[in-house]
Amino acid sequence: MRKIKEFIIEKMILLCGLAAIFFVGLIFLFLLKEGLAVFKMVGPFDFLFGKSWYPISEPPKLGILPLIMGSLLVTLGAAIISIPIGVGCAVYIAEIAPGKTKEILKAGIELLAAIPSVVLGFIGMVTLVPLVKNLFHLPTGLTALSGSIMLAFMAMPTIVSIAEDALYSIPRNYKEGAFALGATHWQTIWRVLLPAASSGILAAVMLGIGRVIGETMAVMMITGNAAVLPQSILVPIRTLTATVAAEMGEAVVGSEHYFALFAIGIVLFIISFIINVTADLFLHKKQ
Amino acid sequence: MLRKWFLIFAILLIASPAFARSGKNSIQIKGSDTMVNLGQAWSEKYMEINAGDFIAVTGGGSGTGLSSLISGSCDIAMSSRNIKEKEIGLAKAKGINPNEIKVALDGLAVVVNPTNSVTNLTLDQLAGIFTGRISNWKELGGVDEKIVILSREVNSGTHVYFKEHVLRKNDPASQEEFASNALMLSSSQAIADEVASNPAAIGYYGMGYISPKQKAVHIAKTEGAEFVIPAIENVINGTYPISRPLLLYTNGTPEGLVKKFVDFALSKEGQDIVLKTDFVPVVK
Repeated sequence: MRKIKEFIIEKMILLCGLAAIFFVGLIFLFLLKEGLAVFKMVGPFDFLFGKSWYPISEPPKLGILPLIMGSLLVTLGAAIISIPIGVGCAVYIAEIAPGKTKEILKAGIELLAAIPSVVLGFIGMVTLVPLVKNLFHLPTGLTALSGSIMLAFMAMPTIVSIAEDALYSIPRNYKEGAFALGATHWQTIWRVLLPAASSGILAAVMLGIGRVIGETMAVMMITGNAAVLPQSILVPIRTLTATVAAEMGEAVVGSEHYFALFAIGIVLFIISFIINVTADLFLHKKQ
Repeated sequence: MLRKWFLIFAILLIASPAFARSGKNSIQIKGSDTMVNLGQAWSEKYMEINAGDFIAVTGGGSGTGLSSLISGSCDIAMSSRNIKEKEIGLAKAKGINPNEIKVALDGLAVVVNPTNSVTNLTLDQLAGIFTGRISNWKELGGVDEKIVILSREVNSGTHVYFKEHVLRKNDPASQEEFASNALMLSSSQAIADEVASNPAAIGYYGMGYISPKQKAVHIAKTEGAEFVIPAIENVINGTYPISRPLLLYTNGTPEGLVKKFVDFALSKEGQDIVLKTDFVPVVK
């Protein structure tokens, strides 16, 4: 009797575990089925490297290069802002902050992660956008830079908490050894702890970037959504995610536009897949 | 206690579709953001007169409304553009027969910041600005500043109408497009806000959204013609060059509750509401 019960429970847990993979598989198959149809109408090269995105014209122009560049530019900007601050914050929490400050900071970071992205987008729209406009004397503040700054806020919690974990899990005797050799606290952090935790920190960075590239609502609200090849970070851009979100409601089911939006989904899926696999590789290298 | 509330909530949740559908005295209206205020005003007044009938009005854009009509998830689609051939084909394939009813007219206003010195523009100049050929205000007699073009997203009927009638001048062979550096904003209100705060911006939207925080540009059909302000009387007498019909689409000829609502919209009372929401009546 007990054995049967054990068997049933075991199999049910197995089923739960497989369900996650099963659903990811189904989603990917669906994306492929709907998205690949677009390549009957435009070549893969024209789709990925075409410079004009005019999906509702006759005939539609479906080149997503401006969208890919837009997404990458915003992500790069966000990474440049959030990585130094995030890693610095993690080092402070893990190594320097005294007990109470540490708890408060950790709670604060978790709270930052809990803010819905539409709220961040809204705050960015009324505070950051006019600031960027006046600071750089731009014709408009709806730019890639505004998006990068806002997205940096979103990537920070991921980077800080995972990097802090990585620093925390370094064996104590590394630190003790460094101190015994006469190293200062700063020398220990810079020369011993950071290199020792480097794979964990890289994984934190990759996961943070993964969060940024998939973000939709905030970028849609503050980057201006102009599908143009960006010449600098101070111009409006349009991201892959914002394009899907803004246009899916209009796309006539079964049209080139509809299939193209699914193909954008495939591109996004592949990008975040690569980022996650890279993060995973770094994490496993550590162990 | 908590459990009791939970139970009540669960029952309501399960029962709510039953309430909504009971006796089919409710209809769903969906579509154009331009028309959503008008639709709301109609439905409020209508429900006041016909207690017991229920009408739900939601926005989302003309395209969204039409695709809901095609998929059968709404009874009436509000649209600020004509239905496309492709959409009719899709509807027919699903056994839906779109029927067009003109319920109001709307003048499209082109707006700039009140501090902008440019007040008069011709249709040609507008096409030049929005396609990116004219990129600096000084070319139009204003200050030396780059023009910031604001447009609605492609799911907007206003976007489609403006492109076809201003950029392409009703020429089906024309290949004119919005400049690729035009900012695509997701609502008319977003355009109104940006124009109010940005001296270099230019945008367009339905007349109903004009407020003292924006300046409506006077528009002339051709070089040398009279510059006309977007006002109700100018749309009625046809002198204002950018006006468009506002439409309702139903599945086949309206019947039952849908017919009752459409009749109400076209009645004297319904058309008074049209005027009150800053649109132009079609029935006098």
